[in-house]
Amino acid sequence: MADVLALDGTGRAELADEELRELYRLMLAVRHLDESAIRWQRQGLIPGYAPQLGQEAAQVGSGYALDMSRDFVFPTYREMGVARTVGVDMVEYMSTHKATWHGGLYDPKASRFAPIQAVVGGSVLHAVGWAHGQTLDGTPAGELGVAITYFGDGASSQGDVHEAMNFAAVMKAPVVFFIQNNGWAISVPTERQVAGGSVAGRAAGYGMPSIQVDGNDVVAVTQATATALAHARAGNGPAVVEAMTYRRGPHSTSDDPGRYRTLEEERTDGGEDPLARMRTRLLADGIADEAFFEEALAAARAEEEQIRAGINALGPRPGTEMFDFVYQEPTQALKAQASAWREESEHV
Amino acid sequence: MSMQQALNRALAEVMTENPRALILGEDVGQLGGVFRITDGLQKKFGEARVFDTPLAESGILGMSVGLAMAGYHPIPEVQFDGFAYPAVNQIICQVGRMNYRSRGKLPMPITLRVPSFGGIRAPEHHGESLEAMFAHVPGLKVVSPSGPNEAYHLLKYAATRQDPVIFMEPKSRYWQKGPVNTGADAAGYRPTGSRVVREGKHLTLVAWGAMVARCLQVAELAAEDGIEIEVLDLRWLKPIDAEGLAASVAKTRRAVVVHEAPRTSGLGAEVASIISERCFGTLKAPVERVTGFDVPYPSGDLEDEYIPNIDRILYGIQRVLEYRRG
Repeated sequence: MADVLALDGTGRAELADEELRELYRLMLAVRHLDESAIRWQRQGLIPGYAPQLGQEAAQVGSGYALDMSRDFVFPTYREMGVARTVGVDMVEYMSTHKATWHGGLYDPKASRFAPIQAVVGGSVLHAVGWAHGQTLDGTPAGELGVAITYFGDGASSQGDVHEAMNFAAVMKAPVVFFIQNNGWAISVPTERQVAGGSVAGRAAGYGMPSIQVDGNDVVAVTQATATALAHARAGNGPAVVEAMTYRRGPHSTSDDPGRYRTLEEERTDGGEDPLARMRTRLLADGIADEAFFEEALAAARAEEEQIRAGINALGPRPGTEMFDFVYQEPTQALKAQASAWREESEHV
Repeated sequence: MSMQQALNRALAEVMTENPRALILGEDVGQLGGVFRITDGLQKKFGEARVFDTPLAESGILGMSVGLAMAGYHPIPEVQFDGFAYPAVNQIICQVGRMNYRSRGKLPMPITLRVPSFGGIRAPEHHGESLEAMFAHVPGLKVVSPSGPNEAYHLLKYAATRQDPVIFMEPKSRYWQKGPVNTGADAAGYRPTGSRVVREGKHLTLVAWGAMVARCLQVAELAAEDGIEIEVLDLRWLKPIDAEGLAASVAKTRRAVVVHEAPRTSGLGAEVASIISERCFGTLKAPVERVTGFDVPYPSGDLEDEYIPNIDRILYGIQRVLEYRRG
């Protein structure tokens, strides 16, 4: 798909064979974990989950382009694939879906991955603040840390997204706005959500470059994201990447897509599966063989089993933590409530 | 010096002492803010540390969250209290919760300055009393100074905390002058809790912000009739200084709480409840509230009817003094 505005940063060169194989391995691990999480919900291991089936290429490709020594990720609640790609501890990540702790148990500062966020569009502004902070630090252009903020076609309706794009463009903050346009905001299709049909198309109004990319092509996503990151890192300000993809599954484990789309529509609109596409490509180019795919599958299964065991072993956090993390300097009133809770709940 | 000067001086000192402190908001740079609280600070600290933002309050607060995540101490300003409403989503869902959500890894040292309360005959939404709304939000702290000395010390203290503080400045008092102790003996002063601004033995008037000065006037008048009123400046609206409140009312055995905000679910109810819990045995009368009404903050011509005035506060005092157990 076409660039809406040309980016002047330099993108990523051709990916090496091992990088292409790694992209496939990551997508497969993510696919496996995602499908398992739905089963875990049906089995009662976790109370809920927001699947990202079909968005593996968009998530893995964009995450793969990041430089995690200096960039920072601002996710929503459907970025498991990004989290896995950039190395967030997956048991600690999934703990939010086990209802152990809002935001997840991972250390967002060390992981450079902000807490999982339920307010649609809310964290897009945080990315702008964080990114502006990088320019205030006096880091030279070319070495700037970039904030990448993930959101969807639904969130693009939020006023905060407009404010974020405007602030970032006015301040030339190093932000990449990464939209996964997956066709559906729960039950509302993109055409009833995004006027003009494209979030990337809005970028021109802010004087920002943008790329609309085939979000089911992991290589194209990696390169588009790398190009946008290079633009921001060089001190040229923000950029938009809109990955056109498809949410093949339900919005969440509580959703019933049968109420708003038919299976036939899903098959037609979903297009080719991003994993199958990459597999075909790797085979055609002689980059991978059947042995590689078997090995990748075995690795994904082993990883999934390990994560399942970790989640299974997660007990509830001590109730004291309800009180411990409200403030850095807790109030007397809160301390009194904590001690009353201890006594009255016989946790003395 | 005036409260405006005291706040300006406090900000300058905070900015000097903490190179990670930043001032941002609408018109806070070149103009120095519509109330001139940030006057001259951009010139002194540069455009990187004192900067104008586009006109969008949610953006200002959302951006402050990201700056705090990057290790800065943002001191955002919303131009008027009523313009905090567009930022409520960020204030409640993000500023108040990020420390909790991140298990203490991403503190939110954000000091949000809000020119607050009525009394300047301003247009709609330029005079509101939002303390109860903010005080109800877990993760936030709320403070309001009553005069220049309090303004200087409370702002310096608030802007060096690791937790988010909503700093409610009584805009009708910006130009009132008073002594401010900026001397070496004031260093290390921790303005926590409440403060007795006038001692008395018959009744405690509890107030904050602009209402403190009015309560002092009331106390003067009452003294002419031989009624000795203690005036307690609550200062911190969250956390409320329950000990200080109880100590004063335990002595006077009667209390009237005064605020500009609507009565229903106002902070006066919280104050009355704390007093009842701690002083029930010695109270001589139920705690009285003299407040604004359950109406939208009215236009300037009606402000004097809405904001508790001297007569209404005196009536409240009279009701408490004349109370007899049935």
